[in-house]
Amino acid sequence: MPTAHLRVWRGDNDGEYVEYDVDYEEGMVVLDVVHRLQATQAGDLAVRWNCKAGKCGSCSAEINGKPQLQCMQRMEQYAGGETITIAPLKAFPLIRDLVTDVAWNYAKAKTIPTLKLTPPDADGNRRMAQIDMDRGQEFRKCIECFICQDVCHVIRDHPDNMDDFAGPRFFIRLAEIAMHPLDTNAKRDTVQHGFGLDYCNITKCCTDVCPEGIHITDNAIIPLKERRVDEFHDPLRALARKLTGKG
Amino acid sequence: MAEYETHEYDVLVIGAGGAGLRAGIEAAELGLRTAIVCKSLLGKAHTVMAEGGIAAALGNVYPEDNWQVHFRDTMRGGKMLNNWRMAQLHAQEAPDRVRELEEWGSLFDRTDDGRILQRDFGGHRFARLAHVGDRTGLEMIRTLQQKLVSLGVDVFAEYTVNRLLKDGDRVSGALGYRRQSGELVLFRAKSVVLATGGLGKIWSITSNSWEGTGDGHALAMYAGADMIDMECVQFHPTGMVWPPSVRGLLITEGVRGDGGTLRNNTGERFMFNYVPPMFAAETADTEAEADAWYENHEGNRRTPDLLPRDEVARAINSEVRAGRGSPHGGVYLDIASRRNADYIKRRLPSMYHQFMELAGVDITKESMEVGPTCHYAMGGVRVDAETGATNVPGLFAAGEVAGGMHGSNRLGGNSLSDLVVFGRRAGVGASEYAQSLEAMPAVDDAASSEAAARVLAPYDGSGRENAYTLHKDLQDLMQAKVGIIRTESDMLAAIEGIDELRERSQHVGVEGGREYNPGWHLALDLEHMLTVAETITRAALERKESRGGHTREDFPGTNAEFGKVNVVGRRAPDGTITVTQEPLPEMPAELQRLFEED
Amino acid sequence: MAQATSALERRYGDTQRTDRWWLEPLLVGSGLALFILYSTVSAVLGEHWAFETERHLYLSPFFEPLIHPGWLPAWLSPAAFILWAPLGFRTTCYYYRRAYYRAYFLSPPACAVREPASSYKGESVFPLVLQNAHRWFMYVAVLFVPVLWIGAVKSYHLPGEGFGIGLGSLMLTINAFLLMMFTIGCHALRHWVAGGLNQFSRSPFRRLRRRVWEVFTIANEHHKLWAWTSLIFVGVTDLYIHLVATGVITDPHTWSGPI
Repeated sequence: MPTAHLRVWRGDNDGEYVEYDVDYEEGMVVLDVVHRLQATQAGDLAVRWNCKAGKCGSCSAEINGKPQLQCMQRMEQYAGGETITIAPLKAFPLIRDLVTDVAWNYAKAKTIPTLKLTPPDADGNRRMAQIDMDRGQEFRKCIECFICQDVCHVIRDHPDNMDDFAGPRFFIRLAEIAMHPLDTNAKRDTVQHGFGLDYCNITKCCTDVCPEGIHITDNAIIPLKERRVDEFHDPLRALARKLTGKG
Repeated sequence: MAEYETHEYDVLVIGAGGAGLRAGIEAAELGLRTAIVCKSLLGKAHTVMAEGGIAAALGNVYPEDNWQVHFRDTMRGGKMLNNWRMAQLHAQEAPDRVRELEEWGSLFDRTDDGRILQRDFGGHRFARLAHVGDRTGLEMIRTLQQKLVSLGVDVFAEYTVNRLLKDGDRVSGALGYRRQSGELVLFRAKSVVLATGGLGKIWSITSNSWEGTGDGHALAMYAGADMIDMECVQFHPTGMVWPPSVRGLLITEGVRGDGGTLRNNTGERFMFNYVPPMFAAETADTEAEADAWYENHEGNRRTPDLLPRDEVARAINSEVRAGRGSPHGGVYLDIASRRNADYIKRRLPSMYHQFMELAGVDITKESMEVGPTCHYAMGGVRVDAETGATNVPGLFAAGEVAGGMHGSNRLGGNSLSDLVVFGRRAGVGASEYAQSLEAMPAVDDAASSEAAARVLAPYDGSGRENAYTLHKDLQDLMQAKVGIIRTESDMLAAIEGIDELRERSQHVGVEGGREYNPGWHLALDLEHMLTVAETITRAALERKESRGGHTREDFPGTNAEFGKVNVVGRRAPDGTITVTQEPLPEMPAELQRLFEED
Repeated sequence: MAQATSALERRYGDTQRTDRWWLEPLLVGSGLALFILYSTVSAVLGEHWAFETERHLYLSPFFEPLIHPGWLPAWLSPAAFILWAPLGFRTTCYYYRRAYYRAYFLSPPACAVREPASSYKGESVFPLVLQNAHRWFMYVAVLFVPVLWIGAVKSYHLPGEGFGIGLGSLMLTINAFLLMMFTIGCHALRHWVAGGLNQFSRSPFRRLRRRVWEVFTIANEHHKLWAWTSLIFVGVTDLYIHLVATGVITDPHTWSGPI
């Protein structure tokens, strides 16, 4: 049975890294090893988790400095003897050990505009073509692990931007609303307001870390930026608006 | 009493999965002061794990589908042990609930003409499951979560309720703790909706997350509610079996719905050998017919791979016992040889991802190894079909914690629809009840102090037992003695084992402080799990037949007499758990007619 | 907001990453610097921007289309009429922005590596708000695609002789192709063709636009690849034409014949 050498953050802001050796079995992921540590050596080790299958987005942490889901990192990738450092997400206030206070994300969720669809057809159904929804479906794969929020330098390195900036998770939500084929209510606000989109300098770390493989930057953030360009910065559209007397 | 953080609401919903969220939405829309309490963060409940779809007779793919067919499938899948009225309401209302989800933002996969697409699933006569690839549960919980947030409902995330409080006979609130700080919290409420989900964590091989510790079942029992058919536990036929760290993790029935087939280690499609008489008339008996059925349901009978889950789980169990299993003790689920890679990745993206990342298996090229995993509790709190009311005034229940809807075996896809149909109904029921009260019911200081003392007891410093070890011992005991196949002697041994564990659980010690301490929280959950495990075992001893999710080696067939009764479990104030047989509600003649062709 | 101070990297470059996260910004930064250096030298010093023999006419893509009025002072290269467009297009390009924000602005140098700036407002304030001019440059860049193709096609024409293939004509062709791929993969163009629509299914014309969008999306997914290959190749082509023009090498002539 191989042994993992772990360095795990213990305690609150005044805590420290504590080293542990934990035996593990073939096929285990980092979260299994953390659970074994909890069951055998550190009963009060705080770690958030639910599904252990990459579907709920609870067990986000920083493993060797990379924001990741603990349940999706197999132990095989750490070469024999390598020390594995497991730290809490660093963009959010620490509660204890590997658990941070992610309330900021839930506060941001409250600011997102609400959909209002066109009325259904006479038979009670709404008709939407698959090609009109597949962009939105990609964004709805989001499991709200908030790893993209954590890695985004706009708030990670500059917490003072947290008030104005919704973050990648909510940019994909806004893009989903903006592209919804039947919404009549929210999309204009979504584009006009911006939600701090202009703070993003598209350095793409959110996309790099997304465990669901959502193309956050290319398919959501940039298209939203482009919709704002349509509104505010496009010379041809501005001319057309002037000529037709619209807008 | 003032020593705790105290909140007051008209309606308190415990649990933020599909049922709890839907109940909360309904109560808030009816204008009641509503709060939701959940053990995890909002949007992480076990509903996210649901994959295949939500069953509703929309008739988008097969126009001949309607609520009567859905009702009949549900009752037959449950081996007629279902509460007929719940099954009827469920079949009638599910389509509206699905359209409502769409209105709130769900993006279901589409038919060519732009309506909601539906997929085939086990036990459903027609393609009936509205879905989004294989992540329908995520879609549903996110939609409900966003709707709830837009209504401004107060959410207490990472709060755990440990006891319901009562004012005389009726419910008056709940006492719990805040996970992040360890502080005690008191909720006063006119009505309480239990929507706490399942109890799979009392078995070792399970698809359930850490939350599935049967809290709601236990809370209801402590409060004096009746439980029905707790012996009926669904072992989903296809869980992952390897590597060990993912053992039990769910593989959606959608794999079979989309063309996958089960094979033993000789390559044989063994399900053809396990078609029970009840389903023989509508099940294919040749591979050619089964394969043709996927393309055309008219004139071809359905593949036996899609028999109800209890049948498939038992068949896999038999194959493995007969030595025809896979290297890690399962059987093979093959879609690689039957569908092309693009189709598999499009229809089953998260299955592809899950196997690739966690097992290093490319399901477009290789077979999956699968075996049964504890998945769902059909039994639960006895409720009124119309309102979700329990026998305790002011206490309502919906979703997995409630019993009756699914009888002895649940069909795939009927869970998500159950959540929204009865979540909404419990929301209405709890709201109307709350509106009928003139004043906030009282909270008994002595009772709340006692509850508070119980929550803090593991800290009294005397204990040496490790909560994690006790939990594992309970899981191993239940897996070995009260698993898929049960006998009296095993279960009697389980009762003894549970008593021993309960004794040991009195001596659990906790290290560390009260802030976010999982060891402490597990110690508290143990009491619930032991209560639920004992109830299940006693109910399983009482039902001396095999039916649906309950299989007795010593009573292998169904018994018509047991088909007429619920096994009702109750807990006396001194902790004694008793079970009795009580007659099922009787189905009206016009519905019985639907089954006459059988 | 309270931070996990003891655990957090506080200074620039602090990170717990154990991989070679600094390699990518280093390579990208060096590559871009090399190109900027080369193109400046070439545009300023390059008087041999066109190479005309009795056979082929090669015009370096830095000068295409050639605008060379008589009043242009000798010290100013005709490239000045041209280069601002591709320069502006590439500078405001979403991929290049990512590349140089990381490599030069260190904002951030790599994911989960602390950046040096103490304050950050991104593209919401001047001067970076000017990145929104990408739409303008896109409109211009689109015009360059046919121009470069025409230049490439012309290079196969042998005056008085008919048709012939030289290595230079092949290079100009590949250059036009790479530039086209870079342009159709542009996020702004991809948005412009259909990205702003919410109901593709409403009319046949919209469905057609969606098809175009799908094709452009394929190019867009590899925007980085086209950005680098087209950048390197335009430099290599320019260098090649210089070398042929100055007689350092001879253009290998592979085949010719009457049209």
